[in-house]
Amino acid sequence: MLVHTAFDRAEQVARHWAAAGCPLVIHADKSVPKATYDAFVKSLSNLPDVRFSKRHRCEWGTWGLVAATQSASQLMLDQFPDVRHVYLASGSCLPLRPVQELIDYLAERPQTDFIESATTADVPWTIGGLDQERFTLRFPFSWRKHRYLFDRYVALQRAVGYKRRIPNGIVPHMGSQWWCLTRQTLSAILSDPERETYDRYFKTVWIPDESYFQTLARQYSRQIESRSLTLSKFDYQGKPHIFYDDHLQLLRRSDCFVARKIWPFANRLYDAFLTDKAGAMKQTEPNPGKIDRIFAKAVERRTRGRPGLLMQSRFPVEGRENGLTCAQYSVFEGFSDLFENFETWLAKATGTRVHGHLFAPGRAEFSERQTVMNGALSDSASLRDYNPRAFLTSLIWNTRGERQCFQMGPRDHVKKIEWYIAKDPNAQISVITGAWAVPLFKSNANFSDIRQEAARLQQTESKHLEVLRSPWTKARVRIWTMAEFIEAPMEPLQTIIDEIGQQNLRGLSEVPRMSDLSGFGQFLQNLKNQGMHPYLMGDFPVAHDPHEPQQNKPKPYLVQ
Amino acid sequence: MAVLNDPILAYRLRWKRRRLLFRALRKRPQLRSVINRTDQIAKGDILAAVTVRNEMVRLPYFLEHHRRLGVAHFLFVDNNSNDGTPEFLARQPDVSLWGTPHSYKLSRFGMDWLTALLARHGHGHWCLTLDADEIFIYPHHDTRPLPALTDWLEREGRDSFGALMLDMYPKGRLSEHAYHPGDDPFSALCWFDGGNYMIQRKPDLQNLWIQGGVRARCFFGDEPRRAPTMGKIPLVRWNRRFAYVSSTHSLLPRRLNHVYAEDGGEMASGILMHSKFLNVIVDKSAEEKRRREHFANSDLYDTYYDSLIEDPDLWCGASTKYISWRQLEAMGLMSKGNWI
Repeated sequence: MLVHTAFDRAEQVARHWAAAGCPLVIHADKSVPKATYDAFVKSLSNLPDVRFSKRHRCEWGTWGLVAATQSASQLMLDQFPDVRHVYLASGSCLPLRPVQELIDYLAERPQTDFIESATTADVPWTIGGLDQERFTLRFPFSWRKHRYLFDRYVALQRAVGYKRRIPNGIVPHMGSQWWCLTRQTLSAILSDPERETYDRYFKTVWIPDESYFQTLARQYSRQIESRSLTLSKFDYQGKPHIFYDDHLQLLRRSDCFVARKIWPFANRLYDAFLTDKAGAMKQTEPNPGKIDRIFAKAVERRTRGRPGLLMQSRFPVEGRENGLTCAQYSVFEGFSDLFENFETWLAKATGTRVHGHLFAPGRAEFSERQTVMNGALSDSASLRDYNPRAFLTSLIWNTRGERQCFQMGPRDHVKKIEWYIAKDPNAQISVITGAWAVPLFKSNANFSDIRQEAARLQQTESKHLEVLRSPWTKARVRIWTMAEFIEAPMEPLQTIIDEIGQQNLRGLSEVPRMSDLSGFGQFLQNLKNQGMHPYLMGDFPVAHDPHEPQQNKPKPYLVQ
Repeated sequence: MAVLNDPILAYRLRWKRRRLLFRALRKRPQLRSVINRTDQIAKGDILAAVTVRNEMVRLPYFLEHHRRLGVAHFLFVDNNSNDGTPEFLARQPDVSLWGTPHSYKLSRFGMDWLTALLARHGHGHWCLTLDADEIFIYPHHDTRPLPALTDWLEREGRDSFGALMLDMYPKGRLSEHAYHPGDDPFSALCWFDGGNYMIQRKPDLQNLWIQGGVRARCFFGDEPRRAPTMGKIPLVRWNRRFAYVSSTHSLLPRRLNHVYAEDGGEMASGILMHSKFLNVIVDKSAEEKRRREHFANSDLYDTYYDSLIEDPDLWCGASTKYISWRQLEAMGLMSKGNWI
């Protein structure tokens, strides 16, 4: 048992092991003050089968931990000849099942060594990019205390192409530091005639405590179970997770024999597990899989976060967002100009939430004219324009589970948001270019004003189209000219709606009502005559073509 | 030259920090000790530092909550209360109290006083810097005391912990909900705005400038820039060289402001539940409007006070009802990060 802090807990656990009849060798870190150490030794002095081994200085990732383990193991083997299995534990380990169950479990498997041991090539455990290199370079500097020297020395060795020879052709393995070895294997490792060579080699390997026994056990063991009996989870930096009171049920369900690390003040855990009667947990194989999933999720949460969430502790720089928004949404440009009832029709056809022009100059036109949306998002234009990116990501985040659709157009405040939407793979953007002319065509304004407005809108839209057609655009963009679109409106609509893909298996039973466009060609010609060339809507014949289908009647449309 | 910009800025900020510390030192004589129990502070204790003025109503719950979390000692500065606050605080066994009649505004809203006290008593301790209307919570706060959090932060190599201020409000007019000192203020103030926060990263101090919440929605719709800042960094492993820059929104040195991940991941963070909108706010707003002690350019905030004096209903159909920290975590207002 390796101890360096929380001696009251260490004592408690030592007594627990001892009470079950297990002899114990304790190693205390050399950096522990003498007074503390003496008090600790004294506190355990009434236990007959407890020994204290020679103290080494144990710093994380250094040889000291291996040396400590060697001394303690040697003492154990020498002093307690009846011992068959040696279990390496720490002061912050907590037995979860009654010790007798562990004893029985090991008695049934007298020849088995439980030690996690894998070659570096086969597992992605290593953190920091040093996998095979930890065995082929030298690491004389402490990673914790002299990070700069550590990094420089690694870089230097890489630069000159230095590579160590691995002695006697052993194959380096690594794995959890916490093992349970049989007397045979352990004594073979400790009394190996080549031990000097191995020790010298591993002294400058990085993190030898996770590779020394793991490698050498492969040399001697008759039967290796490559897993640790100690439940120990690591976070994304390779530091062990700590267990707290609220993990009680989780730990119970794991059916593991021992867990680490336990927070020293987790009274409930210590009280519960050190007093559990036999059979409090099912007598089954340890099953850390349940816990594994939860902890893997935590690592993912820390490293990748929740896509599309901007919050106080997640604010990715550009390029690292891992999803600009959290769900897919659709943007329609020109549709509500061309169709009279597009929004209600779309809502009905797709069952999604359909907003008006969210970026309209006056207010954010939420669906059903709401003034606040989910998450108390306000329709105030100034709040929205203050941070349009926050507005859009919040809207999509707040309505998770319900697809959002909204209208956009050159009349809206699109400048600050268009790039953001265009770069978002979650956006489905469908554009009918030039459709902004329809409201002008219907309006009752003076023609000179109309001409001016048309020029402005055309310019805004053509700039917007440049954005949508740029190579940085990641959204799914579809662009039709207005002339193209009204030629056969149902096909594009069907495609868009299929892509939204919600509850629409029967095809479109109803079509949206298109504005009456008779005279629109002449209207465009008038603009041209005034020197303003509307080109975004495509080619419209001046006179109303009698062969053109009547747009204001619902067109029978059959799918299948 | 661009390469040099950051070192130059860093150097300027270093001097700014020194100026702030010097300023705090100069303001130190303004504080008169009422009761000093700081000899009770043991190594590793977690401290809380608070400036108060007439907070008799909120203090009992404030103290109870933070004691339960594991705050071992409170450092209070009383700024001229006349409602019995100093007497009440002096009776508490774990409170050290200083009094001052000087200007709150000129003391950088109390920060100069607290900086002086923290430099003296907070060095090497985890310190919570709060207002009396802020209730600090964090993931697992119901099962894990503060020392569990601070131990874990230390293992992670973090010296600071961020929290979003969440304005809590009742349904109906503010004055309709009676409150008795000591009760949980959030049994009535159980509503909040769940998803209208706006974040920008400050290039100089590298902190996040978060605005939004109910005050932005109801009072600053026309002038969002003036909406109150909601991001705070209340929990810091204090060093006598540290200084808060503006309220507890940002600190120097800058590295303490990095309470957020920029690589797409989430770091653990907490929430400051804000009990500002208790029924007493209506009367207090009239007084604060007169005193002009709360904003750097107070004139601009007259309409804000006027709206509060009118006893508004802040609730709307899209408000969220508070259930638990897990709910706040699921909504993405705070995060467990990898502390599970």
